[in-house]
Amino acid sequence: MTGPAYNFAYLDEQTKRMIRRAILKAIAIPGYQVPFASREMPMPYGWGTGGVQVTAAILGPDDRLKVIDQGSDDTTNAISIRKFFAKTAGVATTTSTVEATVIQTRHRIPETRLHSGQVLVYQVPIPEPLRFLEPRETETRRMHALAEYGLMHVKLYEDIARFGHIATSYAYPVKVNARYVMDPSPTPKFDNPKMDNCPALQLFGAGREKRIYAIPPHTRVVSLDFEDHPFTRYRFDAPCALCGAEDAYLDEIVTDDAGSRMFVCSDTDYCEGRQAAGHRGGQSAAPYKESAHG
Amino acid sequence: MYVAVKGGERAIENAHRLLAHERRGDRDVPEVSLDQISGQLGLAVDRVMGEGSLYDRELAALAIKQARGDLIEAIFLVRAFRATLPRFGATEPVDTGTMRVRRRVSSTFKDVPGGQILGPTFDYTHRLLDPQLADGFVPERPATAEASTAPTPRVTDILGRDGLIEPSPQQDADAPVGDLTREPLSFPADRDLRLQNLARADEGFLLAMGYSTQRGYGRNHPFAGEIRFGEVEVEFFAEDVGFAVPLGAIALTECQMVNQFKGSATEAPCFTRGYGIAFGQSERKAMSMALVDRALRARELGEEVLAPAQDEEFVMSHSDNVQATGFVEHLKLPHYVDFQSELGLLRKLRRDFAEAANESENLQEAAE
Repeated sequence: MTGPAYNFAYLDEQTKRMIRRAILKAIAIPGYQVPFASREMPMPYGWGTGGVQVTAAILGPDDRLKVIDQGSDDTTNAISIRKFFAKTAGVATTTSTVEATVIQTRHRIPETRLHSGQVLVYQVPIPEPLRFLEPRETETRRMHALAEYGLMHVKLYEDIARFGHIATSYAYPVKVNARYVMDPSPTPKFDNPKMDNCPALQLFGAGREKRIYAIPPHTRVVSLDFEDHPFTRYRFDAPCALCGAEDAYLDEIVTDDAGSRMFVCSDTDYCEGRQAAGHRGGQSAAPYKESAHG
Repeated sequence: MYVAVKGGERAIENAHRLLAHERRGDRDVPEVSLDQISGQLGLAVDRVMGEGSLYDRELAALAIKQARGDLIEAIFLVRAFRATLPRFGATEPVDTGTMRVRRRVSSTFKDVPGGQILGPTFDYTHRLLDPQLADGFVPERPATAEASTAPTPRVTDILGRDGLIEPSPQQDADAPVGDLTREPLSFPADRDLRLQNLARADEGFLLAMGYSTQRGYGRNHPFAGEIRFGEVEVEFFAEDVGFAVPLGAIALTECQMVNQFKGSATEAPCFTRGYGIAFGQSERKAMSMALVDRALRARELGEEVLAPAQDEEFVMSHSDNVQATGFVEHLKLPHYVDFQSELGLLRKLRRDFAEAANESENLQEAAE
C-alpha cells in the first residue's frame, strides 16, 4: 500500500480555484453568503474546516500564518491547525498578530489593530444569522434577497421586552455595507466594532454549511440595535491579572474549589506583548509558556 | 498563580501516542490484519465503503483498524481521503438486471423468473449467542449446485410490462450527473442528488427515518418488490478508444420498493417506486433508503409534505454522519470566550432581577 501524496496546502489546485472564485464573489458582495463545494477535510466538520479551506486556498509560500482559538495561539485546536499548515504547506508560522500575513481565528478578533495587507480568516459554525429564527435555507435565502430583516429586529425587540437588554452576547448580528445582515461567527460582541472599517480583509469560511462570505477592507459594519437601546460592548470590568490591560477582553479562570477567580487577557499575544513591554497586573508571574510554537 | 488552561503541543502528541497504544491493545495478543477485517468483518467494511463513498475494501479495512472499530470515524477517514482523489469522469450506469445474483428475494410474488435465492443471510437465524464461535470453530463447507443460467429480470420490470408500476423516471443520458461532493447543494434538489445523499447517509438515520414512515409519519404503504445482492460490471466510456471499457466488478445491494398507487382523472392508477442501493451487502441500508426515497418524492407525486421523512431539507441536511458527528463533537472544543460573554450577560440580568425584587419589597414595606 503506497501512501498518498498531497498538494501544497493539502487541497488540489482545482479545488483551490473553486474556493478562490467563491472568495472573489464574496468580496464583491460584502456579507453575502456564497455557496461553495466544501470538501471533506482531514479534521472534523465543526472544527474549522471552512476556515482551513479558505486559508488553504489563499496561502502562498511567502505567507506567515497565525492561528488562534479563543484568542490564544496555544489552545489545542489552534495548535493542530497551525501544525497542519506547517506540515502541508511548509509556511512560516508566528504567534505575533503584527507579523502574520494570514490569521485564522475561532471566536476572537485580535486586540491589536490589524493592518492593510493582512487577511483574517474566521471559522464559522452556522453562517446564517437568521437560522435560529427560520430553520429553512430556502426561506432564509429569500429573506436575504429581499433584505427582509424584520424578524431579526423583532427578536432583538422581544429580548428587550423580556430582559431589558438584547440577550445576545456573542455571534451578535451585524449589517454589512448597509445591505446584508451577517453572522460575525461566535465572537463575543466585544469584538464587533473591530470589524468596522477594518484595514484588513476579513474572510469567513463555513465548511459543514458550505458557505463563504467576506468583508472587504474599510467596509462599514454596524451592529444591529435600536436608537433607544444602542449597541454596547461587554467586558468584565477589571484589569488583566497578568498585564493590567483595561481594554482587552478577559477570560475568567476558576482557580480553586472555593470559587476564587482570576481574569486574564484572552488574546495571549497581546498579553505577552504588554508584559514584555513592562506592564504588570495584580497577579503577575512568569506566564506558563510552551517551549516552542509549531 | 497561573492556571494551565493551554493544551500544549506535547499534550497533543502524548494523547495521540496513548491512542496508538490503546489501539494496539494487549501486545501479547496477535495484531488483527486487514485481511481478517475485510474477510471476517465484511459487513462493517461494506458499510464504511458505502457511507465513505469509496469502493475499496483494503482502505476501508485499514480505516476500521485505524479507527479502533468506530465505524463513523472510519467513514470519516475514507471520506477525507476520497476528497483528494482526482475525478476522471462518471461510469456508465450499472445494469443491476444483469447482476451475478448471490441473494435475491421478493416479498410481492411467491415465485419470480430466476427464482428466490436466499444466499448468505441472518434472516431466519435464531439470535442465540453461539459459544462455538468463540474459538477455533470450523464451519461446514457451503452447499453447492450447478449455477443457474436463467435470467433474473427485476421484479419492477415485470410489473412495468403491464403498466402496473410507474415507469422509472428517466434522466437524459447525456445530462451531467449531479455530484454533491463537487457542487454545493441547493434546495429543492433533484432526485439524482437526493439519491446520492441517501446513498452516503448514515444507516441509523435512514433506518429511523424509514421506520417513521412505516409508523404513520408520511406513510407510503411499501412492499419489498425485490432485494438483490451480487456483483455487477462497472464500465467507463473512454473517449480515446470510443467504447465502454470494463473497469471491474463491484458488489451491490439494491432494493426496489413498490409503494401505494396514485392516479388521477387522466392517468390510470399504478404503483409508485422507492429506490435504495448500497455497496456490498447492506440490506438494512438499501431498504431504509428506498423507504426514504419514496417519502422524499412526495412533492413530485403531488402529496402533501407533512412528515419529517418527506421533508428534503430536513432529511438531506441531517443525514450525513460525518457532518453530524463533527458538529456535535465540536462542543468539546473550548468555548470559554463566548461562555464568558454569556456569564456576563446572565450576571447582569440576575442583578437587574434582584434589584427589581428589592424595590418591590421596599415598596410593599412602605405601603404597610
